[in-house]
Amino acid sequence: MTAVATTQVQKSVVRPTRPRRRRRRRVFLHLAVAALMALWAVPTVGLLVSSFRRQEVLSTSGWWTAIAPPYHFTMENYRAVFDQQGIGQAFVNSLFIAIPATIIPLVVAAFAAYAFSWMEFPGRDVLFVVVVALLVVPLQTTLIPILRLFADWGITGQFTAVWLAHTGYGLPFAVYLLRNFMGSLPRSVFESAAIDGANHVTSFFRIAVPMCVPAFAALAIFQFLFVWNDLLVSLIYIGLANPDNLPLTATMANLVNSLGGGWYLLAAAAFLSMFLPLAVFFGLQRYFVRGIVGGAVKG
Amino acid sequence: MDPRLVTAIEVVVGVPAILVAYIWGTERLVTLLPHRWHTRIRPWLWLAPTAGFLGLFLIYPTIRTVLRSLQGKGLTPRFVGLANYRWFFTNETAYSALLNNVLWLVFLTVFTVGLGLLVAVLVDRVRYESWAKSIIFLPLAISMVAAGVIWKFMYDYKPAGVPQTGTVNAVIGTAGLGPVGWLQSPSLRLSTFAMIAIMIWMWTGFAMVIISAALKGIDPALIEAARIDGANEWQVFRKVTFPLLGPTLAVVSTTMVITSLKTFDIVYTLTNGNYDTDVIANLMYNEMFSVGDFGRASAVAVVLLVAIVPVMAFNVRRFRAQEELR
Repeated sequence: MTAVATTQVQKSVVRPTRPRRRRRRRVFLHLAVAALMALWAVPTVGLLVSSFRRQEVLSTSGWWTAIAPPYHFTMENYRAVFDQQGIGQAFVNSLFIAIPATIIPLVVAAFAAYAFSWMEFPGRDVLFVVVVALLVVPLQTTLIPILRLFADWGITGQFTAVWLAHTGYGLPFAVYLLRNFMGSLPRSVFESAAIDGANHVTSFFRIAVPMCVPAFAALAIFQFLFVWNDLLVSLIYIGLANPDNLPLTATMANLVNSLGGGWYLLAAAAFLSMFLPLAVFFGLQRYFVRGIVGGAVKG
Repeated sequence: MDPRLVTAIEVVVGVPAILVAYIWGTERLVTLLPHRWHTRIRPWLWLAPTAGFLGLFLIYPTIRTVLRSLQGKGLTPRFVGLANYRWFFTNETAYSALLNNVLWLVFLTVFTVGLGLLVAVLVDRVRYESWAKSIIFLPLAISMVAAGVIWKFMYDYKPAGVPQTGTVNAVIGTAGLGPVGWLQSPSLRLSTFAMIAIMIWMWTGFAMVIISAALKGIDPALIEAARIDGANEWQVFRKVTFPLLGPTLAVVSTTMVITSLKTFDIVYTLTNGNYDTDVIANLMYNEMFSVGDFGRASAVAVVLLVAIVPVMAFNVRRFRAQEELR
């Protein structure tokens, strides 16, 4: 074809200018990436700086004026957050809610995922398709009947209500992710264990669980962040009956809405609520990414 | 000690212990049965806890909500047929909320997927890739309420003539524009777009991570072959990379469609639906707790569910196709 000839001609013509063009393109690339990074970091950095500024200057000058000397940073806002408005208590509530609501669905899902992966039974595939379908059911459709149910049981306003609800809501994703991971383990391992006389309980605890540790880690991070960051579920099942048990997100949402003199508290409170997610994110980022990618792409 | 702490510890230790004991105990019982019953009964015993939770917290309430949407308000509601739906589709506020959700759906999906793709392709070529990804991915780890607070500071509005403390108004101020009350402007649905921008900031990282993983999964030989055939970078992207990313982009898009339909936290926190920013989920919340009409609230929830059904069907079909490849 003539195309081959022309590219060869072009190559010989273009070659002298190529390095310069490539260098210019590299500069452009670095600029673009740096701009994106800055654009994404500025909002968070702005809030971080604001959270350390004194109450009076917060409403009269921008946060960027504080990063030039002289420095007037203070811890006063954080101290006030812990003293006031029950934010410290709300932080503890968030922990109370998030830890059991992370562990329970993990354990429940592990058994189901094993059954879906390594047991043969009629209707297995249909049932798993139901789980896949339930992945996207908006939890809004479940609020009213479950609120009714919890009221009948007398547990609205208690942590038990949100533990149960979060377990239900978290299960489809948990089963889906774990089943994908467990199902991709080598069949031969399970077969040879069975030949050696291992029953399903032994294979589950001795083989499946230890081999799925990365998947469990990814899932735990996910579910923890989901519950920690949740507003709607706790607002509905706890909110009206017992505001003392509300988590940090709900307390903060109230603070934003009723912005009397709370402006200076807001930045510090937001950072307090972001502290754990950010720690989880930076410490366990690899698992976090694997969870997202494994849950969404592999299938 | 706080009695709630005691309960929490009991639950954290007790529930897994009970579940393990349950599996262990039922296994003992199953082995007492004739052998051919083992494989028939065992799977159902292992699935029972999950089935119980899914049935009780997802399937049963969804059915109840559909039925409830056909009833009026009050504790002993009457059957009202489709009146709640008629209210929804003839009501000015509901129409406005629906329109906002459409805006959310279109702009959030297009921008997160587009930007995610752009960022994934760009950072793939630099050495500080993991740093860049971390920064863009970070907002996804925080709550929408915290993101709302962050952007409440960003969008802060002071009357003209006073120094602007909000970053956005200060920046456009240097170009002699504004100040704009980003979160208080119903005209052109500006406040809705301002909040969509927040969610784009949060979710671009999600799209980027998944697209980036798919990008790294593309066989380098294909790209190399295209280059040898004389394709330039743009042609390689357009004719090779992009088509190969197709399924991944579809997955990310469906997630974003669902996210945009379910939007609640940001709107509830920042405007509570004022300034023409209401969305379906917030409308439902207000029907529930401000108006107290569970019939209408249920109807709103069903509308949301129906909007998501096509996505559900798509997910199931994609899953089936993947299973055939296993």
